[in-house]
Amino acid sequence: MAAKTLKIDGRQVSAAEDTTVLDAAAEAGIRIPTLCHLEGVYDAGACRLCLVEVAGTAKLLPACTTLVAEGMEVVTQSDRLRRYRRMTLELLLAERNHVCAVCVANGHCELQSLASEHGIDHVRYDYRFPRWGVDATHPRFGLDHNRCILCTRCVRVCWHIEGAGTKNVAGRGAKSFIIDDLNQPWGDSESCTSCGKCVLACPTGALFDRGSTVGEMERDRTKLEFIVNAREKKQWIVSE
Amino acid sequence: MAKRIVIDPVTRIEGHAKISIFLDDAGQVADAQFHVVEFRGFEKFCEGRPYSEMPGITARICGICPVSHLLASARAGDAIMAVAIPPAADKLRRLMNLGQILQSHALSFFNLSAPDFLLGWDTPPAERNVFGLIAAHPELARAGIRLRQFGQEIIEILGGKKIHPAWGVPGGVRSALTEEGRDRIRAWLPEAFATVATGFELFRRTLETHREEAFIFGNFPSLFMGLVAADGTWEHHGGKLRFTDSSGSVIADHIDPADYLEYIGESVQKDSYLKSPYFKALGLPGGMYRVGPLARLNVCERMGVPRADAELRLFRQQGHGAVTSSFLYHQARLIEMLAAVELIERGLEDPDLFSRDLRAEAGVNSPRGVGASEAPRGTLFHDYTVDRDGLLKKVNLIVATGQNNLAMNRTVAQIARHFVRGDQIPEPMLNRIEHGIRCYDPCLSCSTHAFGQMALEVRLIGPDGSVRREVTRE
Repeated sequence: MAAKTLKIDGRQVSAAEDTTVLDAAAEAGIRIPTLCHLEGVYDAGACRLCLVEVAGTAKLLPACTTLVAEGMEVVTQSDRLRRYRRMTLELLLAERNHVCAVCVANGHCELQSLASEHGIDHVRYDYRFPRWGVDATHPRFGLDHNRCILCTRCVRVCWHIEGAGTKNVAGRGAKSFIIDDLNQPWGDSESCTSCGKCVLACPTGALFDRGSTVGEMERDRTKLEFIVNAREKKQWIVSE
Repeated sequence: MAKRIVIDPVTRIEGHAKISIFLDDAGQVADAQFHVVEFRGFEKFCEGRPYSEMPGITARICGICPVSHLLASARAGDAIMAVAIPPAADKLRRLMNLGQILQSHALSFFNLSAPDFLLGWDTPPAERNVFGLIAAHPELARAGIRLRQFGQEIIEILGGKKIHPAWGVPGGVRSALTEEGRDRIRAWLPEAFATVATGFELFRRTLETHREEAFIFGNFPSLFMGLVAADGTWEHHGGKLRFTDSSGSVIADHIDPADYLEYIGESVQKDSYLKSPYFKALGLPGGMYRVGPLARLNVCERMGVPRADAELRLFRQQGHGAVTSSFLYHQARLIEMLAAVELIERGLEDPDLFSRDLRAEAGVNSPRGVGASEAPRGTLFHDYTVDRDGLLKKVNLIVATGQNNLAMNRTVAQIARHFVRGDQIPEPMLNRIEHGIRCYDPCLSCSTHAFGQMALEVRLIGPDGSVRREVTRE
């Protein structure tokens, strides 16, 4: 496999040809903010937080789904990017009903951490206050659509790690929402194995263990990567 | 003619009140009304939320007494799960509630009311506040602030933070006391006892100079309601409801708080967002009852701790049966502070406080749960109805300040009758009305409390309904 050499933030970097800009940057110790990206599953490019500037194209490109190319010049930090990232986060906060103070994920939420990192102390856009409900029909887990940012991490772990294919997305645009099976109550789903990987994957308080109270949803997301590595690299299987 | 400005509703605040005083044809005070013009809508917007989130959400109702809501809500959750919580969890909740009562009472007495006692009615409002107190009596002001700090630290040691801890949960609590935490609490006790003693001394002197106030600031017969233990001892968390009348006779007893609707009716005033609960069997106006420190001391038989019991005996000498002057809420608050410090001292030795069995687990086993607890200002009820998945279908919160609403109206009328002549409202009169309300330490004044005065609007209304005079202080 051919290696590509490129510049990220002025630094010479070399990476295998099927590497994403996000991974190449991470390898070089350059952190690009992400929200929908999750180690262990493929990227969807849903959140637009990892947008970077690439010389020669006027458009901003998502680092998680853009592959490295020979001679590519990438900028990950600029005033323009910070402006866009901030705007993206504000739009996510305005789109649904995020109330950090009383959220089960308070203090352990990736959206909250990024907002704080980007200095968001208020949102410039009108909150939309949509009417979304909570699905608490599953005996162990709950889904609060109010806190969902449609990153689809739960869908991807359900299909590609657990292989159950329970979670999916219905609707379009801002009215999209996470469904179970054919849009039935989660508790009635026949495909759900109750493995809890979707709950582990969720970056906000949208998916939670039932009975959780404020700030109690701490998740160990490295578990998902651990499972994938264990499976793909057969880490625990000793062959003769 | 005064101009009337209406802000309707003033949302998401805790401290806006309005008072209307009605005059008869002779220019004498006929009636008075205390209006709460804030609208917050918690009961409505909690619908659809999981009951497990309610302690955290309802704690946000107030920054002074979040623990009261937290614990009442957790108890409602216990009832929905239909579990008996681990004994350690109950003891820990009690410890936190004592810290809550202590810090809130300390704030009310030393920082908010003491300026009235020590600086006088006629001092300009700009000086008659906690800053004026700090200038004139720095040691007392400091001691009061530190006593509040003690209560707040108990809350922080248990719940991780002073305000809005999310520690009380349906089924129990999230963490136990540590030995280091116990030692920190214990180290405060001598200073706490000393400060409460200073408070008693201050109030004794105040009573000598404020005999008139003690007689006319809300001194009238009414019922009293509060929780008492099975043997009639003062209770602040758990126990059963008791109603007594102004002669001190028990008129209803051993009431499970879950049955409160059978005993308490709620009337609605057309111009206030505060509902007016009353004792159903007597209807209105006879069913007016008071809650809070004065009521709790009137309904109980003893405090259950020696020093506070000695003070309770002195307190009771001021009434025939029950103590009926709302001015003596202040003294009742001091006695409760003393009892709280004594109970904290006694409770700290219990090894259960370090237990690891803190949280019962269960699903939804009852479609409805009522949780009651004594908040600093009186009995607090959280009443939840849930669907089979534990999502709230109906929420009813009965807060202490609401239950004192009728009594506060009556108090304002009593003070107005005494001090208002014609259509003038002199500043000292405004101060006295303010204090009449402050005797009850109503929670709506939380936000403006810090400056020693409520945003207050007083209107004098003639028999034809016209506004004769309006005084506003922001």
